[in-house]
Amino acid sequence: MTGTRPGPGEPLLDAHLVVERDRFRLDAHLPIAAGEVVALLGPNGAGKTTALRALAGLLPLTAGHVRLGAVTLDDPSHRVWVPAERRHVGVVFQDYLLFPHLSALDNVAFGPRSYGMNRLESRERAVGWLRRVGLADHARVKPRHLSGGQAQRVALARALAVDPPLLLLDEPLAALDAGTRMDTRAELHRHLAEHPGATLLVTHDPLDALVLADRLVIIEDGQIVQEGDAATITAQPRTDYVARLVGLNLYRGQAHDHTVRVGPDFTLAVADAAEGDVFVAFPPTAVALHAREPDGSPRNTWPATIASIQRHGDNLRVQLTGAVTAAADITPAAASHLRLATGQQVWAAVKAVETRTYPVHHGEPEPEPR
Amino acid sequence: MSTVDDRGAGARRPAPAAAPRPRRGTSRVPVGLLVPAAVGLAALVLPLLGLVVRAPWSTLPSRLAAPGVLTALRLSLETATLATLLSVVLGVPLAWLLARVEFPGRRVVRALVTVPLVLPPVVGGVALLLVFGRKGLLGAWLDSAFGITLPFTTPGVVVAEAFVAMPFLIIAVEGALRGADTRFEEAAATLGAGRWTTFRRVTIPLVAPGIAAGAVLCWARALGEFGATITFAGNYPGITQTMPLAVYQTLEGGDLDGAIVLSLLLLVVSVTILASLRDRWITSP
Amino acid sequence: MRAGWTRGGTAALAVAVTLAVTGCGSNSTSGTGGGDPQSSASSAGVTGSLTVFAAASLTESFTQIGKDFEAANPRSKVTFSFGGSSTLATQINQGAKVDVFASAAPANMKTVTDAGNGDGTPTTFVKNQLVIAVPKGNPKGINGLSDLVKPGVKVALCAATVPCGAAANTALTAANVKLTPVTLEQDVKSALSKVKLGEVDAALVYRTDAKADPSDVDGVGFPESAKAVNEYPMVVLKNAKNKTAAQAFVAYVLSDKGKAVLTQAGFQAP
Repeated sequence: MTGTRPGPGEPLLDAHLVVERDRFRLDAHLPIAAGEVVALLGPNGAGKTTALRALAGLLPLTAGHVRLGAVTLDDPSHRVWVPAERRHVGVVFQDYLLFPHLSALDNVAFGPRSYGMNRLESRERAVGWLRRVGLADHARVKPRHLSGGQAQRVALARALAVDPPLLLLDEPLAALDAGTRMDTRAELHRHLAEHPGATLLVTHDPLDALVLADRLVIIEDGQIVQEGDAATITAQPRTDYVARLVGLNLYRGQAHDHTVRVGPDFTLAVADAAEGDVFVAFPPTAVALHAREPDGSPRNTWPATIASIQRHGDNLRVQLTGAVTAAADITPAAASHLRLATGQQVWAAVKAVETRTYPVHHGEPEPEPR
Repeated sequence: MSTVDDRGAGARRPAPAAAPRPRRGTSRVPVGLLVPAAVGLAALVLPLLGLVVRAPWSTLPSRLAAPGVLTALRLSLETATLATLLSVVLGVPLAWLLARVEFPGRRVVRALVTVPLVLPPVVGGVALLLVFGRKGLLGAWLDSAFGITLPFTTPGVVVAEAFVAMPFLIIAVEGALRGADTRFEEAAATLGAGRWTTFRRVTIPLVAPGIAAGAVLCWARALGEFGATITFAGNYPGITQTMPLAVYQTLEGGDLDGAIVLSLLLLVVSVTILASLRDRWITSP
Repeated sequence: MRAGWTRGGTAALAVAVTLAVTGCGSNSTSGTGGGDPQSSASSAGVTGSLTVFAAASLTESFTQIGKDFEAANPRSKVTFSFGGSSTLATQINQGAKVDVFASAAPANMKTVTDAGNGDGTPTTFVKNQLVIAVPKGNPKGINGLSDLVKPGVKVALCAATVPCGAAANTALTAANVKLTPVTLEQDVKSALSKVKLGEVDAALVYRTDAKADPSDVDGVGFPESAKAVNEYPMVVLKNAKNKTAAQAFVAYVLSDKGKAVLTQAGFQAP
């Protein structure tokens, strides 16, 4: 039931997705290799769902192409369009969309039956998949009697039952509560690792991406802004969104030797020497707050106003406004010692050694259109 | 997640340990709703009670055994059921078209579909004659090409009943389809189901309660149809004389008691059948 | 933009004018004026409205008689309800507000008088005979009752409870013809309309009905019709609201003027 294998070095999924709708334009290259799990991350409205629907065949491309293995699924310039039902792409929807009138078994057997298997064989296959997700004894249960986690597993089994070369997951854990999410994430990781085809996972939760994906692709406003493995992205975020995602303060400025000019009134002393257009990042834990302008070693100090204070794990996260916006993590003890309150004026300080500087254009070639 | 349907005749009594019923005067049902509801119920039920009270109970058994009575009843039930089947076969696809496909003139088509509802049934019968009669637009061709005539035949009764009753089914099913979640159909497509398979295995089962409810309405309307039947199909015992026609003829012949007996029979049979339909078959899950 | 009251006032004025023009329309006299010396009891003095239930076969003739009566009695108004005699009899017995009842057969009249709703003895005023109504030109060549059972011939009859149906059955029995009609209509006009629509090849109706529609149907006489002649009785009803007018109407029907209209239509003298 799988497509023809692409040649060595060529990705299984070769997609250049261009979709124009109203005032929104998606333009993204998404190559995915067999066995690779790619997470598509981005804020709401970035185009993640559009990309997923285009790959699934639920939305036609305006331009570009989708090739899965040796088969072209969508190519407007050559008038090629394969509708969803002939694409052999598995989809796990955000609300699972299990057919309410069919049992779990019949749901999972639906795909094989649609592909022409007879009832007996498709049911056997379904039983096998339900066993793999640990729900063999729930075969006769109707979806409305399944818990969220169980429904998610049935949805996954249903999508995988036809051995699709491409698997798409739309926010697969979003509907679950925190506890269930952790367990389900671990299990999902196992199944995705076993899946021989390409996988695209759409999510807004960075933890999902970090645990489940081999590679992250960050998309904002229809454009890919950063991609790479988790480590690279965490270390060197390139947009505000990514920075917030990985929990860093990020600034862009002009570097000269060990200083970076971030704004007209704001210059940072940094640990790494650099020249030109750079990003500077430091974690909230590197920001110290003082009631008065501190003297001594820290050379990056500036006056700031407290915009909000929230709990953040065991610490407090303080959002600061001023010459630049920044987030600072403070221990509750330090906070009470400083008597921190919203609207209060404080001095923020960051040690140069805690900053990381990296060029905006990092010399690697941009992914070329194929 | 409760699946107990606690509406209608299938209501289960609360456990004995439940809170006591509220006393009169402290009822939580607003009087403003209760009074009109009671009046409405009375308006519908009292005429039926009148039939029961005025029935000639002493001669009932012999009247029921009279020839033609059971024939008319059987004919009524058969034709109403066939008319409903015809309406489902033709009406569900039409409802699907109206609900799911955007085509030019859709609003006009929808309005046309409801015309039999506002047309006086006798006029409907005349219209059917003009089309399917021996000299009708299509009837003449059907007669000469296939030897098929509809007037004065039992199939003609089915056609007349379907004409007046199909709109009920179409409206009910269109409503159900509009309210259905189309994302399930997308999910089916991603699982490899073609359009017909999706329609058959996903769309229809999801609106099956709506179809059932529409079919019930359709059947009831077909059973009671008179004007179109007598005008188009004529009136002959055993072939086209359904219960409503038999009642009319008996009444006009001056036999009021006989007419009451026939009416009671029709009433009892249809109420029995309708009441035995379980709620959960005609309401969505 | 007109002020509200002016628009409302205009509407009210329009309604009032309409009512004045249409109300009591029969008051406007025309042509043949008042008391005809030959109409005995009816004089220009009969006033009020009057409801007459009459058999369907009397439709054309009674409508004409009604107009003549109103012309002779300008301040009167006659309203008719035509239908199957059995239907009308049932309605009268169930309390319909009627002044005069003209039935196509004594049997139906008997139901009314037996229920005590008649005022006085019914008078037979005409007789009617059956003919076979066929589409104009007699395409199937029907010439007698026995032709009705030829294969492929569809026949409409009145139901047995209706006078023309009873008469038809009598005639068929007399002719020893066993006929299975395709439909049993509730009044003679319905049976006739089936012929006019071309749905049936023949129907047994009254001579008056065939005569009333010469452009669409032909009437074929047959000898057995003499064996099943319908006598038409007429009676004033006990609960008549306008007994004077009712009796005047009955008298008018029986008068020479009334008779002329009825004979013209094809009825026979009683």
